[in-house]
Amino acid sequence: MEISIIALPLIASIISGFFGKLIGDRNSEIITSLLVTISAILSAFVLYQVIFNQYQDNIVIAKWISSGTLEVNWSMKIDPLSAIMLVVVTSVSSLVHIYSIGYMSHDPHKPRFMAYLSLFTFAMLMLVTSDNFIQLFFGWEGVGLCSYFLIGFWFKKDTANTAAIKAFVVNRVGDFGFALGIFLIFYLFGTVNYSEVFKLIPTITEKDLIFLGIKINAIDLICILLFIGAMGKSAQILLHTWLPDAMEGPTPVSALIHAATMVTAGVFLVVRCSPIYEYSELALNIITIVGMSTAFFAATVALVQTDIKKIIAYSTCSQLGYMFFAAGVGAYNVAMFHLFTHAFFKALLFLGSGSVIHAFKDEQDINNMGGIYKKLPYTYILMIIGTLALTGFPFLSGFYSKDAIIEFAYLRGNTTGYYAAGIGILTAFLTSIYSWRLIFKTFHGKYNNKNIKIEETHESPLVMLIPLFLLSIGAIFAGYTFKELFIDQSTDNNFWKDSIFFLKPLSTEHPPIWFLVLTPILVISSIPITYYLYVKNKNLPEQIANVNKPLYHFLLNKWYFDELYDVLIVKPSKNLGLFLWKFFDIKLIDGFGPDGISALIKKCSLKANKFQSGYIYQYAFIMLLGFSALLTFLIIK
Amino acid sequence: MNFPILSSLILLPSIGALFLFFTKSTEEKNITVKYVALFTSLVNFFLSIYLWILFDHTTSKFQFVEDRIWIEGLINYKVGIDGISILFIILTTFITPLCIISVNNSIKNRLREFLIAVLIMESFMIGVFCSLDLVVFYLFFEAGLIPMFLIIGIWGGTRRVYSAFKFFLFTLLGSVLMLVAIISIYWITGTTDVTKLYELGIDAKYQNLLWLAFFSSFAVKTPMWPVHTWLPDAHVEAPTAGSVLLAAILLKMAGYGFIRFSLGLFPVASDIFTPLIYALSVIAIIFTSFIALMQEDMKKLIAYSSVAHMGFVTLGIFTIQQQGIEGSIIQMISHGLVSAALFLCVGVVYDRMHSRLINTYGGIVSIIPKYSVLFMIFTLAALGLPGTSGFVGEFLILMGAFKDNFLVAVLASLGVIIGAAYMLWLYKRVIFGKLVNLELKEMTDLNKSELFILTCLAIPTLFFGFYPDPLINTIEVSINDLIKVYNISLVNN
Repeated sequence: MEISIIALPLIASIISGFFGKLIGDRNSEIITSLLVTISAILSAFVLYQVIFNQYQDNIVIAKWISSGTLEVNWSMKIDPLSAIMLVVVTSVSSLVHIYSIGYMSHDPHKPRFMAYLSLFTFAMLMLVTSDNFIQLFFGWEGVGLCSYFLIGFWFKKDTANTAAIKAFVVNRVGDFGFALGIFLIFYLFGTVNYSEVFKLIPTITEKDLIFLGIKINAIDLICILLFIGAMGKSAQILLHTWLPDAMEGPTPVSALIHAATMVTAGVFLVVRCSPIYEYSELALNIITIVGMSTAFFAATVALVQTDIKKIIAYSTCSQLGYMFFAAGVGAYNVAMFHLFTHAFFKALLFLGSGSVIHAFKDEQDINNMGGIYKKLPYTYILMIIGTLALTGFPFLSGFYSKDAIIEFAYLRGNTTGYYAAGIGILTAFLTSIYSWRLIFKTFHGKYNNKNIKIEETHESPLVMLIPLFLLSIGAIFAGYTFKELFIDQSTDNNFWKDSIFFLKPLSTEHPPIWFLVLTPILVISSIPITYYLYVKNKNLPEQIANVNKPLYHFLLNKWYFDELYDVLIVKPSKNLGLFLWKFFDIKLIDGFGPDGISALIKKCSLKANKFQSGYIYQYAFIMLLGFSALLTFLIIK
Repeated sequence: MNFPILSSLILLPSIGALFLFFTKSTEEKNITVKYVALFTSLVNFFLSIYLWILFDHTTSKFQFVEDRIWIEGLINYKVGIDGISILFIILTTFITPLCIISVNNSIKNRLREFLIAVLIMESFMIGVFCSLDLVVFYLFFEAGLIPMFLIIGIWGGTRRVYSAFKFFLFTLLGSVLMLVAIISIYWITGTTDVTKLYELGIDAKYQNLLWLAFFSSFAVKTPMWPVHTWLPDAHVEAPTAGSVLLAAILLKMAGYGFIRFSLGLFPVASDIFTPLIYALSVIAIIFTSFIALMQEDMKKLIAYSSVAHMGFVTLGIFTIQQQGIEGSIIQMISHGLVSAALFLCVGVVYDRMHSRLINTYGGIVSIIPKYSVLFMIFTLAALGLPGTSGFVGEFLILMGAFKDNFLVAVLASLGVIIGAAYMLWLYKRVIFGKLVNLELKEMTDLNKSELFILTCLAIPTLFFGFYPDPLINTIEVSINDLIKVYNISLVNN
């Protein structure tokens, strides 16, 4: 039964991908959605077993690679951590499948789209249920591949293709670190299976390595290398540039891959490797700093963007930052909690924005929207729920998870912890502002679209609204319902068991009361502020932007990361390629090699030709000269 | 002595070629000629599969050994195989029939002669992989050049003569030195029998020079940086089937030679020169990947990527780690399948549009969907995506390299990033995007034989990606013992 959770999406993908033409659009849609839904139901059952019957298992499906001491299996590890991920992935995926039936209704390549979605689900499940690093890597690259396919799904759009390649290549940069991490693990332990590696970690806490001329603790190095992989996949600062561009893909893809599941793989990796990270203070601090920098950076950029999907993409980036700094302060369970709640409300927001885009016939600029809350009442309400949950409005899911992150950062009690908590609160405020800005500019104010009359905009069909509705239930209740399960660490209720390792138990104290109420107050107060700025007094934001022009442009251009990379990496790479080719290969190697030598021989032979002049007296003269030279030589000797 | 299966494998294609030689070739009879060649190569393929079934992978001893006196007291015709060689033989017998099927579209004139060249080349290649006498090896190794030289020189493109001579010059240069080395080995030890040489060992003081002589030959054929520049030219000018043979089989001779002779006969020198190999391999991987990024000709791009992939192979071999060498062999097999397929893919569009330039194409995914799917599979295998054979090879090599030298592994891993960039960029520019060149609308999708060939290559590429065990199992014991012997002789010297 467990294996069928993974197998069903794969089967769905194969049927739809190879036989899509044969069975027709509608049948491919039904089959893929159905099979993934079954997989979701089975996953829920597994989670139920894990919670109430302490079910754990490690199923070996087949042998994969065995070379020397390296033994890698295709396997399925079921423990609390993977069970949660199973539920998140399959449930969001099945809803996105169903939603896509409506959203992609005008697209000519439906079976292909559904096949990619299912294949993605398969790869993601392989990733989360692996019991070793190499299968994890398989899933890791597999989801990257599906993401590549889906971002570039509209293959005629050049921007979509470029974004797809960018996503894959930037992820490869992360994978480079990840792969090195795996090599290092294998080098140190001779195995890549989690259980064996985790068991051996405490034995090397004192081991130092010389890596590229730097002396570094072995565990620190493993952690940092793995984290580079996580940064790529989870779009953390420096390796984040692909995520906003990835919005070129169809919106259901953004919801599934670039919000709820794939991008959280990095967080999952860090949590999965908690038995390693717990021994590396250095790596944890780096994670905290990277996480909070990303959270802050992405939130500032989201403030000024006008593309509805890009705003939500930056928001995702920012929320992933929260998850990382939760993990960085050692609260892995809280990171998982935020991952869990985020999956629901962010998927909801994306799918909701998809519904808006659908209504406007592929318009994405929020400046060209406005005033349509009456036309899209359900979408409006559902988006509001998503926004409330995201911003951490009291008693919705984001409230529990995000505040818990900020609390634990505070309780960490060291400098990075306090700093992270401070940034966390500030970012929560920014999050609230850009989220409400999106809602107000999209649904309130004047209707601004010149291409489509307001009468033509329409509410989405039921097949799209039902998934939204189900997600909104998650967005409202997931926090409250699962709070105890995820966060409570008392011995009688330890849900996570061995799947998350704490070297020192998490602090059970409570931060001061002023600290606890600070975030909710900021979040609630931001609603009227934003309303004033973007509905009542619309000129004010413009004035602010005009006064702070450099800052505004800095944010609008996303801190100039893309431009910087273009100058620092992309262009030099191309020039280097040209140089190595035209100069090294053609001028130097060929020039001095075959071409040079053959030219030289030709020259020599031309010279030698001159000796054969045909005049007897010249030959006789040369002979005489040679003879006398020989004679002289013999006499001297 | 049992049935001489190895000699049969070597001789069968030649007999087929001889048969072709005596058949008249006219336009109408071209089909017969092709069927004769195809039949011969298929028989050979099944024979080699039978050989694989008979093969005992629990021992590293040479099997199916045949030993006949050729020149009394001087040279024996000795052949035999172990786990290291058998996979290459199967690769050869597998690729050849596919090549023969593929000539339909690309070879317009003198088909009979072309097929003779292909079959003779198959004979020589199998000979290379199973000879156990240095002289016999040398003869096969060098003779293999001749059909290739002819294929490029006769059936090639406009600059075929330049390319053929460049190819010949480069490869001959190294070969002469190898011949000298083989003669010296005979003087030093009194034999050229590889098994005897393994037992006797060669005195450490001679090893360095001998190693360098063999290296000069293998490096050109691999090809390693900086003697790789013949490869792009040769590929660009060669007809599709020629490129396939060149990339899939000919390049593997050197990798095989490194394992069999450089490691086997000169362990002390190999140890000394490992840094040299590492440096050249890493340079090959990084430099040629960057060069591949900027190519405008599809064949050149794939040729440069071949150089990078072979850089991984040489790197893996000299790690002297189980994972490294096994990875190298798998990488070679995988590269044999994938590069063959990629060159065929280029051939497919070339036959239709007569252009290899990337910017001729674009936006053809909905015009030729089957082609696009298969091309995608091979693109992914070339960039080493898990689930394809390319991943298993590359990953094992890097794992082995990491055990031996951090810096080298880190630098080589960089190649994986650039590899993704140039392969995906190629695919995007050829397949995706807007249809600008309206002539492309006339393109037809894969015909039956093309579909068959590419599917035949795609199946093992994916199968061995998910389940490489049949390959690893076959080579494991031989490599394990090779490493053991290598380490023992290092300690003794």
